[in-house]
Amino acid sequence: MVYKIDAERDRQYIEEFRAQPIGAHSPGLQRLLNIMRNDTTGYQIVLICRKPFAEWVLGTMPPNRLDGPIVVEDEPVFTSREEAEWEVFRRRWRRYTGEDINLPYRD
Amino acid sequence: MLKIVGYPDRYSVAPGEKIAFKISLEEGSHFDARLVRVVHGDCNPEGPGLKFRHVKTSADGRHKGRPQRVDAGSYMVVEDFPALTSGPFTFCAMIWPTLPTRSDQTLLAQWDGAAQSGFRIAMTDGGELSVTLADGSGGTAELKSGRPMLERQWYAVAVSIDPATGMVTLDQRPLQPYAQIADRAHASARLAVLPKAVTAPLFMAGCPEKDGTVGRHFDGKIDDPLLLRGAHAADRHDLYLRPVIDPALLPDIIARWDFSQGIRTTRTIDIGPSQYPGRIVHLPARGMKGWNWTGEEMSWMRKPEHYGAIHFHSDDVYDAGWETSVELTIPVDLKSGPYALHVKCGENDREATREEYIAFFVRPPRRHKDRRERPKVLVLASTASYIAYANHGEHITARGAERQMGRLLTFGHTDLYMYDHPELGGSLYDRHADGSGVCYSSRLRPNLNFSPQYHSWLGGHGSALYQYNADTHLYDWLDHKGVDYDLITDEDLHTDGYELLRDYRVVVTGTHPEYHSTPMWDAMKAWIDRGGRLMYMGGNGWYWRIAYHDELPGVIEVRRAEDGIRTWEAEPGEYHHSFTGEYGGLWRRVGRAPNVICGVGFIAQGFDISSYYRRGPDADNPRASFIFKDVPDEIIGDFGLIGGGASGIELDCITTNLGSPPNMLRLASSENHNSMMMLVNEEFTVVPPNLGGDQNERVRADLSFGETPSGGALFATSSIAWCGSLSHNNYDNNVSKICWNVLQRFADPEPFKGAF
Repeated sequence: MVYKIDAERDRQYIEEFRAQPIGAHSPGLQRLLNIMRNDTTGYQIVLICRKPFAEWVLGTMPPNRLDGPIVVEDEPVFTSREEAEWEVFRRRWRRYTGEDINLPYRD
Repeated sequence: MLKIVGYPDRYSVAPGEKIAFKISLEEGSHFDARLVRVVHGDCNPEGPGLKFRHVKTSADGRHKGRPQRVDAGSYMVVEDFPALTSGPFTFCAMIWPTLPTRSDQTLLAQWDGAAQSGFRIAMTDGGELSVTLADGSGGTAELKSGRPMLERQWYAVAVSIDPATGMVTLDQRPLQPYAQIADRAHASARLAVLPKAVTAPLFMAGCPEKDGTVGRHFDGKIDDPLLLRGAHAADRHDLYLRPVIDPALLPDIIARWDFSQGIRTTRTIDIGPSQYPGRIVHLPARGMKGWNWTGEEMSWMRKPEHYGAIHFHSDDVYDAGWETSVELTIPVDLKSGPYALHVKCGENDREATREEYIAFFVRPPRRHKDRRERPKVLVLASTASYIAYANHGEHITARGAERQMGRLLTFGHTDLYMYDHPELGGSLYDRHADGSGVCYSSRLRPNLNFSPQYHSWLGGHGSALYQYNADTHLYDWLDHKGVDYDLITDEDLHTDGYELLRDYRVVVTGTHPEYHSTPMWDAMKAWIDRGGRLMYMGGNGWYWRIAYHDELPGVIEVRRAEDGIRTWEAEPGEYHHSFTGEYGGLWRRVGRAPNVICGVGFIAQGFDISSYYRRGPDADNPRASFIFKDVPDEIIGDFGLIGGGASGIELDCITTNLGSPPNMLRLASSENHNSMMMLVNEEFTVVPPNLGGDQNERVRADLSFGETPSGGALFATSSIAWCGSLSHNNYDNNVSKICWNVLQRFADPEPFKGAF
């Protein structure tokens, strides 16, 4: 049985991820990410680089590229990959728990 | 989106030779070109930035361009074949469909694409056997079997056509019937359309289209195809599969191709009386087990009659065949090294990149007598690995890649182009549309990730470079240090062998020299055993065994056999290269682990962040004192453009039992890797619960050195990320110093002490 994300239990990892979206994570956060990063529908959120090392937006890839193009979002525009990671984390948290995280990437 | 792409007709060119560039424009009618020496292809603002050096040549200037496309999909064609529809005939074959959900897949056709005339035997509508007759006057009629065939099951199919009456009979019989599965089918009808006798080539697994391309390909295996005169019952095929055929049956044979013959070639052999030779295009997979494979032999060399299948794919591609846009004769005085044709069709903006660097290498002269007074340092460019990773598209096709990378998958304009153009063909890491692994990869097509400025989705956080562009970190360092060097490619080494290495004192590798043919391996070992000094500047080298084709240039084959880090697995019984017959897979599985060549071997991989090395006890061994000159540091490489450290992505360590020489010194080892840096699967038997570097003491890179008995030496950085640290602090850092110390000593003719 795959671990079921639980808002009460897993809320402790939100701040850890915000502090360092890419890098070494605690076992608890890593488990959370391994589950959240698997979309069983086959759709895949990706990071679209508009200007190398300067500007990124998000896109959604269909399960099969023959199904259609990557849907690219105009907004938000990110100035770092970590900022984008935080946005995707927040969306996935909402999907799994129904809760919003009303915190910006940086205060 | 990328608006200009292209490829050279070769990756290695000698002074005085010609190289041709094939360019395709997505917009506009002209492009500007100039030759550049590639110094540094990483635009990360944390590093030294892009560096290209313009070299004036006749290629400079504006050139005409247009869109060029790839007509992908493999097939067999018999150019000169009599008109089958001049009389009744029967086609029989064993087939193994692999993507029956894709409609309109040709098994056999003699079809005039322009006139839309002829016959086509196909699989359509989810896997039903079908026949289409067309008279060239707009009349078309079709008969379908009415029941779909299953994926990856063998079927005996038989189709008879009488063109004079329109009588058509279809039969599909599963070799393995299953309860409750209705896939046995037989259909017969008199069709209203009578096909004319078409004088056209015979096609198998493809069909000529109106626009001149070949389309409607078959995904799957075909074995034992047989063409008979007259209309015959389906079970007639069985009589022709016996070791001895009743002589009374022989006069009916029109053609009978035996795909178990000529497996190493691009020809198919007709063992029928007229011997109609077939030609296969875009390299469908050969050496494939057929319907009668039993498992008693695992090699097509030992029992070819069990390997009579060809696996065709609708997305196979060998040679894009584009027209030449620019041709250049390499100046005789051009220094050996990495170059690119910089092509540009406009200005870059947020939506589009309108420039590309078409990479290639200038090698030293081909004739030995022309190679006098060469530098003593030789760089080996890992072109076999660049081809293995050509258009690596797992970020597009494989779900789970984000988890593996530990971060979002990044798509630049190049990746968006790759997404839209699957016809460019995949890498040896990708799967075909039918799910089978891509086992051949060619350089005669755009190789989008073999380019400066390409930032990869798997190259480690930071610069995110992998393979070719990561190797520009090394080129930049060599340039900064003023090192005079020659450069050869893997393909040069495969072709020229030891003789090409012989006169060089030092060979410096790139960051990930992973793929090696037997001639490459033998040449390198011969050179090391004769006093060569190898600077292995990367990780996971000498891992996969590959084969080059006897006749076709620029294509390699891998079989993902047994174990190792694989994104697909070869089918049981299909572990032997079709190009050579050699047993494929990991070099380790034929007793030649990487450790035998470079002193270390693959141990762990992780793609998010990198770590550092801690000085080990052997660093103080007097034999290593030259390496640590002016490097008193305890911590080495806690900086870098690839993941923030010198130890990352893929790591090697000393393992004596696998062939690391017992005199290898473990100078330093990396530590503090995170849980995403995991032990590779050939390193364990029972799956351990502590795969990650945060819990497994074996997860480490060993910075290593050892002398060889012949006065040579091995130096291994054991990490793909290492070269990303060379430029840190304006090249003044302990990674750079260690490399410089090693290079200076290795270039010194004084032999290393080989004995006590």
